[in-house]
Amino acid sequence: MDQIDVKILNYLQEGITLSPRPFLDMARELGISEETILARIEALRNRGLIRRLGGVFDSPQMGMKSTLCAMEVPEARIQEVAEKVNAYHEVTHNYLRDDPYNMWFTVTASSREDLERILQEIESDTGIKVISMPVRQRYKIKVAFALND
Amino acid sequence: MTRHDIIDRVIKELQGDLPAVSRPYQVVAERIGLSEEEVISVLDGLREKGMLKRVGAVLRHQKVGYDANAMVVWKVAEEDMDRVGNLMADSPQVSHCYWRETPAGWPYNLFTMIHARSREELKAVILELSRMSGIDEYRVIESVKELKKTSVQYR
Repeated sequence: MDQIDVKILNYLQEGITLSPRPFLDMARELGISEETILARIEALRNRGLIRRLGGVFDSPQMGMKSTLCAMEVPEARIQEVAEKVNAYHEVTHNYLRDDPYNMWFTVTASSREDLERILQEIESDTGIKVISMPVRQRYKIKVAFALND
Repeated sequence: MTRHDIIDRVIKELQGDLPAVSRPYQVVAERIGLSEEEVISVLDGLREKGMLKRVGAVLRHQKVGYDANAMVVWKVAEEDMDRVGNLMADSPQVSHCYWRETPAGWPYNLFTMIHARSREELKAVILELSRMSGIDEYRVIESVKELKKTSVQYR
């Protein structure tokens, strides 16, 4: 990552313009040519630094219902349980964590009924209790990393 | 296509990857059979309604140098929640800060995700948040392995 990459990544995290030539707007603001920006984005993607460039939506505003869940999974069953949990496209994040509750995942569904059904299915498929911790209040969601080289 | 269909198709395209080309919205428009102007106007509308936060990049934070991350959960009295929640939200190393409903037996109700460039920095950030907020009952729950990470499918 050189200084140009850092500038590009910091800018892209804040978002490109909704105009016909967003990368030209970006070029003018950063003082880097549009051509260089496009080539760098492609390279940053190929190197895996950019996971995705696209729309970042607000799921509650989109009418989605979500919750954070945790399960206490015996060591020997981690892979099997992870496969069952991850099979749902509504499960967007799943992490193995260093805690008695060792499997933590988020479920985002289009209705409260779907959400409840998925949690119940996971419980009955695995025989393991799922604790659910829905949001009461959001104080912050801002996934942007200040980069410098 | 009805207005509803158009919005649906634009959301569907934008939840995928945008090509790094000079006119990315034109490419999206061609895929759906709309004009570039229509696509931009739908996006503008979604942004005004707060449904679209931005069109931007999501990074792999480990790959950009933020490889010390933890979920830290704090036990905060309900009447003190706004003060502590807003204070923690102000920290640039905190990406998510949520008050959550928790079941009996789980006393930690404020959830933060903290990202740092080293274990030392992570530890220092947590200690600083605890000191500033006065909350000393907390648990650091580190991730051992990413089992899944994708985006929400809206349409």
